[in-house]
Amino acid sequence: MMALAQCQSSMRRAWILGMAAAVWLGVAVLTGVWSDQPGTDWSYTGDLAAAFGALGAVLAFATLASPWFGCLPRMQRLAPWMLALALLLGAWETVTAKLGLLPMPFFPPPQALLEVIVDDRVRLVEGVLASLRLLAGGYFLGAVLGFVIGVAIGWSSAVGYWIHPVLRLVGPLPATAWLPLAFFVFPSSHSASTFLIALATGFPVTVLTWSGVAGVSKAYYDIARTLGANQSFLILKVTIPAAMPHVFVGLFMGLGNSFAVLVIAEMLGVKAGLGWYLQWAQGWAAYANMYAALLIMALIFSGLITLLFRLRDRLLAWQKGLVRW
Amino acid sequence: MVAHTAESEPALQAGIPSQRGAALSIHEISHCFELEGRPLPVLEGISLRLEPGEFVAILGPSGCGKSTLLRLVAGLDFPTIGRLSMDGRAIDGPDASRIIVFQDATLYPWRTVWSNVALGLEARGLLRSHRERVDDALRLVGLAGFPTVYPRQLSGGMAQRAALARALVNDPKLLILDEPLGQLDSLTRIIMQEELVRLWQRAGFTALLVTHDVEEAIFLATRVIVLSDRPARIRAEVVNARPYPRHRGDPHLAELRREIMGHLGLAETW
Repeated sequence: MMALAQCQSSMRRAWILGMAAAVWLGVAVLTGVWSDQPGTDWSYTGDLAAAFGALGAVLAFATLASPWFGCLPRMQRLAPWMLALALLLGAWETVTAKLGLLPMPFFPPPQALLEVIVDDRVRLVEGVLASLRLLAGGYFLGAVLGFVIGVAIGWSSAVGYWIHPVLRLVGPLPATAWLPLAFFVFPSSHSASTFLIALATGFPVTVLTWSGVAGVSKAYYDIARTLGANQSFLILKVTIPAAMPHVFVGLFMGLGNSFAVLVIAEMLGVKAGLGWYLQWAQGWAAYANMYAALLIMALIFSGLITLLFRLRDRLLAWQKGLVRW
Repeated sequence: MVAHTAESEPALQAGIPSQRGAALSIHEISHCFELEGRPLPVLEGISLRLEPGEFVAILGPSGCGKSTLLRLVAGLDFPTIGRLSMDGRAIDGPDASRIIVFQDATLYPWRTVWSNVALGLEARGLLRSHRERVDDALRLVGLAGFPTVYPRQLSGGMAQRAALARALVNDPKLLILDEPLGQLDSLTRIIMQEELVRLWQRAGFTALLVTHDVEEAIFLATRVIVLSDRPARIRAEVVNARPYPRHRGDPHLAELRREIMGHLGLAETW
């Protein structure tokens, strides 16, 4: 029964995959054959059509090959999305480049984004690298400091006595509120932004590490102590591993905060990075550049969160029922 | 190890090897907790001596302070009044020669069964030279096939076996058992009771068991101590000289059971 149901569902998926291939090829023909609105000169219309056509061909090949190669389950799982994307891009292409229903320059057609990504690739890659460098420095600093401070507060009541009030006062302040002061106090906008990103990351990491450490069962310590553990063994082998699930929640929240601060810092002070590129594109009313940068930003940030979740799944494989990202 | 005369040797009477067990001496212990600013006495004037290799069970109504007594023996807490010593040395903190097994297996969920059992050796820096002892301990409790399994994948009985292995790998002289079978189903419990006897006879440690299962106490122990309600005092001491292996249907054990029920104030139920 199960096998039959699976086979039927697989048949239906193969059918959807075939349909997605057909629609992509159709969109490719529509893009290539139907001429753009008069008065526009999109130089990448042909390339876009070729790209759509290539994707359609790959999907068609996958459809035809699926009876021989098992079922290509990953490809088939994507099939409904492929179909939806083809329809979406076809509609976008039609209402912008072909019919000109949406006002320019606010709504550029897909080929305009392709043009930006190809022609402005040097500046975009530089922007990506600058953003990643700044983010990595600030996030790493904030995560490490937050973790160490969180463990220290949770472990030692003397440390807690001094740090807790500071944390309560300063923590809720959004890191961006420090922005004017930071750009004034720090020698460079890069170091100021690193500090702000570290601050935005550090607060949730500290609080959640602390709560994780405070929540470690007393019985775990009793066990380790009767087995002959000393203080450093208790911290490194009991407290920290037991607190790790909380620490990862903090790291996740800190990562989200750090993205926000990164973009704002780049828009307001740092003369590099994707945030700065967005600002610059808006100044030139280069909306295609803005959409392209937003798309790249979304892919990178999503990729970083995926990376963090992968790391967590590896380190916390012992936990049950983790949320999938 | 301190030499012991033959004046009180119920362990030897039952034919138990005692070369590796420790002698435990509990001298005039009283202990108080503070509850809402008022002292709450839990133990009062407890004196008890365990000879090397003995298996002593402590029975008492729930909440009478049995577990507190075990924490004092383990060195996790200190008595308000009185002294404890093992092999003549005062107990001033936890030590790997005295290991406690709790009602909850309390395995570390982030460690595999193997590394849970290895915990004591690792903590004392002996793991590198004694890795084979972890495998031996796992084999001893019947978990040789599950070294890489995480605790959440274990049944209650298997988890408690792993907890026993974690204690035994350190070759304790005194094994402190705080209702270790309390959460198991009755069938698993019976099997584990027999395993406990086997492990105790094989390793020769002294065992101090807290339980509120009369059956379990008389099946396992060479001596049963009955405690009163809180604050706990020793109400009675029953020597159980029946040889091992014991049989649950043994009429002598039934007689002991009746006697102990009487000490617990439950004579009419038998």
